[in-house]
Amino acid sequence: MLRQIEGSRAVAETVARCRPEVVCAYPISPQTHIIEAIGAMVKSGQLSPCEFINVESEFAAMSVSIGASATGARAYTATASQGLLFMIEAVYNAAGLGLPIVMTLANRAIGAPINIWNDHSDAMAVRDSGWIQLFAETNQEAVDLHIQAFQLAEELSLPVMVCMDGFILTHAVEGIDVPDQSDVDAFLPPYEPRQVLDPSDPISIGAMVGPEAFEEVRYLSHLRQLDALERIPVLAGEFTESFGRESGGLLHCYRTEDAETIVVALGSVLGTIKDAADARRAMGERVGVVGITSFRPFPHDAVRSALSRARRVVVVEKAFSVGFGGVLSTDIAMATHDDDLTIHTVVAGLGGRAITQHSLEGMLVDATNGRLERLTFLDLDHGIIERERDRMTATRRSGPSAENILRDLGTVASRIG
Amino acid sequence: MKELPFAITLEVGSSHANRTGSWRVERPVYVDRMPPCNNACPAGENIQRWLYEAESGDYETAWRQLADDNPFPAVMGRICYHPCETTCNRAQLNEAVGINSIERFLGDLAIERGWPLPRAGSDTGKRVLVVGGGPSGLSAAYHLRRLGHEVRLVDSAPELGGMMRYGIPAYRLPREVLVAEVERIIALGIHVELDHTVHDIESERRNGGFDAVFLAVGAQLARRVEIPAGDSSRILDAVSLLHRTAEHDPPLLGRRVAIYGGGDTAVDAARTARRLGATDAVIVYRRNRERMPAHGDQIEEAIEEGVTMRWLSTVSRFEGDHLVLEKMRLNDKGFPEPTGEFDELDADSLVLALGQDTDLSLLDEEPGITIEEGVIEVSPAMMAGGNGIFAGGDAVPSERTATVAIGHGKRAARGIGAYLAGQILVDPPCNELATFDHLNTWYYSDAPRTRRPELEQARRQSTFDEIFGGLTEDNALFEARRCLSCGNCFECDNCFGVCPDNAVIKLGGSARYEFDYDFCKGCGICAQECPCGAIDMVPERI
Amino acid sequence: MTSQPVRFYQVGSFAVGNRLFDKENRTVQSDPHRSNSLDSGHRACQGCGEALGARYALDAAMRATGGQLIAVNATGCLEVFSTPYPETSWRVAWLHSLFANAPAVATGVAAALKVKGMQDVRVVGQAGDGGTVDIGFGCLSGMFERNDDVLFICYDNEAYMNTGVQRSGATPPAARTATTEAVGAEPGNVFGQGKDLPRLAMAHGIDYVATATVADLHDLEAKVERAMQFHGARYLHILVPCPLGWGSAPNDTIRVARLAAESGIFPVFEAEHGEVTAVSPIRHREPVESYLSLQSRYAHLFGEHGRPDIVARIQAIADHNISTYGLLEEQAVGTGSNETSP
Repeated sequence: MLRQIEGSRAVAETVARCRPEVVCAYPISPQTHIIEAIGAMVKSGQLSPCEFINVESEFAAMSVSIGASATGARAYTATASQGLLFMIEAVYNAAGLGLPIVMTLANRAIGAPINIWNDHSDAMAVRDSGWIQLFAETNQEAVDLHIQAFQLAEELSLPVMVCMDGFILTHAVEGIDVPDQSDVDAFLPPYEPRQVLDPSDPISIGAMVGPEAFEEVRYLSHLRQLDALERIPVLAGEFTESFGRESGGLLHCYRTEDAETIVVALGSVLGTIKDAADARRAMGERVGVVGITSFRPFPHDAVRSALSRARRVVVVEKAFSVGFGGVLSTDIAMATHDDDLTIHTVVAGLGGRAITQHSLEGMLVDATNGRLERLTFLDLDHGIIERERDRMTATRRSGPSAENILRDLGTVASRIG
Repeated sequence: MKELPFAITLEVGSSHANRTGSWRVERPVYVDRMPPCNNACPAGENIQRWLYEAESGDYETAWRQLADDNPFPAVMGRICYHPCETTCNRAQLNEAVGINSIERFLGDLAIERGWPLPRAGSDTGKRVLVVGGGPSGLSAAYHLRRLGHEVRLVDSAPELGGMMRYGIPAYRLPREVLVAEVERIIALGIHVELDHTVHDIESERRNGGFDAVFLAVGAQLARRVEIPAGDSSRILDAVSLLHRTAEHDPPLLGRRVAIYGGGDTAVDAARTARRLGATDAVIVYRRNRERMPAHGDQIEEAIEEGVTMRWLSTVSRFEGDHLVLEKMRLNDKGFPEPTGEFDELDADSLVLALGQDTDLSLLDEEPGITIEEGVIEVSPAMMAGGNGIFAGGDAVPSERTATVAIGHGKRAARGIGAYLAGQILVDPPCNELATFDHLNTWYYSDAPRTRRPELEQARRQSTFDEIFGGLTEDNALFEARRCLSCGNCFECDNCFGVCPDNAVIKLGGSARYEFDYDFCKGCGICAQECPCGAIDMVPERI
Repeated sequence: MTSQPVRFYQVGSFAVGNRLFDKENRTVQSDPHRSNSLDSGHRACQGCGEALGARYALDAAMRATGGQLIAVNATGCLEVFSTPYPETSWRVAWLHSLFANAPAVATGVAAALKVKGMQDVRVVGQAGDGGTVDIGFGCLSGMFERNDDVLFICYDNEAYMNTGVQRSGATPPAARTATTEAVGAEPGNVFGQGKDLPRLAMAHGIDYVATATVADLHDLEAKVERAMQFHGARYLHILVPCPLGWGSAPNDTIRVARLAAESGIFPVFEAEHGEVTAVSPIRHREPVESYLSLQSRYAHLFGEHGRPDIVARIQAIADHNISTYGLLEEQAVGTGSNETSP
């Protein structure tokens, strides 16, 4: 049943229906509404049995989740941005130990400069941690992915991160169908751990592994992610059967059948991109869209297949590898492995900058006309860049760039002091 | 086999594959060392072992262990000068363990409860003559019977006990205690003949058909010196004073009694004199207190009882009602030298306590026996001659105490046993002495020594009642538990507990421990933390 | 003369075992069927105090919980020497996650047990001093503050031994470490408070805080036993000499720990609800020199170019501890557990 509801609230209610047994919380925008709502449900007894633990840091949040999961409890937490970085050591550890923790990542930029708005820098920072990373395009998909995430995590004994764009999704109020408890229960069996801390059958978890076996351990993790590539579409199919709508899977294709230009992206920006594609199609350009849901494991075959007939691919990324370029683009290039295919990286929406249909269309026109460079930054204000570079050349003590730029822009903050 | 994630999760017990014993350069080994008390005991008691039994309150086992070596625990618990306590390592920590008082407690308890000595051994068909029914003869008779030999014990006195009966005053050794322990020995089936003086050992042996003889005739003859004295001056010797007192026929001494000599007998004589009514009992001795051979506690007790001392004095003559004493001084070597200065001491009688000699006339016809300075030379097995004559006690060269005599008796019995079996007595190798530096004394509780109750002074000066009482059971237990068990594992579990590698196996019961050399890394904590020094570290073999 | 109550047997309660004690008064370590929570075959150095302390503590906890125990371990020597693939020395259910997070992981374990209604299973977190007072302190403080049902044990060997003896917040003044070399005008570690974690733990107001050493097993076990009587956050700080890092002889491990207590440099006490309730009195007071001179990390304080001035400053710290905690017998708050009636 559709309800007008905030994305965070919907996710919280959904997570609750997945019956997590230990939930850890440390506040960081924009994930706070999720754990606030779960906390209230635990405190009221609505979600029971469940231990809701207010910890002193994200590092502790993930660590508590590790302990709980290793003891056989279904564990959930949520974070964003700096919080993810603060817990990163434990993020890697949870994956290394093969603990099926589910975490919501309310994607947000990483400082400095500090910035609370959305981009994908945080998710990219833990790309290689061994977690499964699923990106939600809509709040409905965010809701649905959480149910599938617990199932997937526990089946494979791997942690799963559900990435949803901060504010854009977390704080958007819209019509969302939060599945009924009985449907979730029917879909998601109780957690049956692969290994568990049990005094009556003691084992040692977390051994030191040297060169003689470390590579094998890592390779086994890789194989399990490859197993996930098999399981994710199957689960999505089962989800559709149970809940009557399509959600999840490895990727979504939109009007790609005859597309010469295909735009690839992660997350909520796909909606705007689809609008832009529709607009360009109306102008006679054959533009299609591919939304990657499963960023890790990366669906090489599905991507290659989806892009096989395109002449050019434009990857719109809300993050980039400084000094190199696109992150997702690199993965796409690896997947397609086609010298005739031109791949463009368009970095967009960093730190929450709006990605407008107008800008996207302009970019697509350039692409169609062969004017789009291999790496571009959407809506970049070149004037600001020039002024700051001049300043830096002119004087050694040119001051912090961020503040200089704010002053140039004449924003409110720049006038303080 | 559980299906566990590869490498990061491991199964219990898997570390046993890693034999850390290969790291070791030194290995710990359990050793037994000779405790100083055992080492010092003239009677050869395994003191530490019987203390160990007493510590658990199993007094009967403790007493049996004790009586295994010495059939006189109640007597020794009173009259032994306890060299064990002098060497006790606990003395360096606070005060020596009161071994003697625990021995007495056990001895008295055995008498009270009627615990019998171990039975005689199965008959060997050999016959042994024991001459002398003092501590040495009785001890030999006891041990010979346990070896299964037939024993005939003869003594010229009307009662058994020798110097324990006729030399040691009753206030130190009540007669009923002596009687009880002597009777218990005789009950093993010893043929006793009293009032029988042996004049010729060879004919006595031949007539009786004895396969071996043990001479334990003691030293009964008081040594005399010529002291110029008036007719009325009363001079007697300590041996006869003590002997007659023991027979309830004390000689008249008068009010003022001088005792000449510095040994334990002199002190006994002086204290006896006090009890016989002397107002003044004065010991005259030519050297000073430090050089006095009597045992210190005896001197102290005597002084407590009002006995006084004239140090550095010799008796020149006895003139009617007083003695003329010459003052002495000690030279560089500690020997007394006359000063030519004189002093007087009022005295009604003078008791000479100048040592005793042995009457060895019974050996006059015996060939192959060496007598030096009035005593019989003996081999380590106490054999005096080649043909089965053994000797011990005061009649052979050694310190003249009942404890030494008891030890001689035991040793001679073993020597005789070996001789009768056509063997030579071989002593087992002796363990290294458990000296104080072997101990880790931190572990021992700080326990003050328990004092025996003492008889109040008034009664000590007028009666022959026993001065020292026995310990209560609690006190005896407390005292026994002060033992440090020097050099011998007493199963405190320290090695078992302190090993960081669990490489000590506790065998349980009283079987102690074993090292698990598969895992012992040789760190040596066990040896360092062993309270009693029963672990050595030895270099590992290559 | 009245009879003296028989209070002890030779070694009283100072040694590991005592054949005359009642069963319940015997140490866990004297039991041939003890858990051996940390089993043979581990790769700790010869004479490792931490290996010993960990077995002492966990075996005691195993007895106190009837074997219903889960241990969470921080990274460090204890973890590395006990669980190198393919061999584990642990006989208890055991989890190692990271260096800094053992208290939080333990919280998670406790939360899982609670939610599953398995509160008879108890949780111990354990770490070295680095994992406790430095890198793990944030998580530890959070665990304390929330009063999670975890006994956290710090095996304090006063430096980062696993990485090669670098200074930690628990390294004592003047001690040489690889990052506080014994050179210059102020050789070794700086003088200062260090992090007095037992006091910091007490400041959280948690139910139970205690210190112990591997030199007094009865005391250590009694404290684990006591700690297990509480539900909520508890803290036990155990001094565990490190022959490698301290430069002491492997066979001196217990002796050094004993001298730390007997000199007053390491006060042994327990506290409940933030207040000191008992101290283990010093039996035979020793000058700090007896303790320091057994360890080459203090070698620069002795000999021809020794620093008696620095020794005196360390002595002053010990004296201060003695007066603060009342460690001398006559002024002791409590009597400790040294004299147990058989």
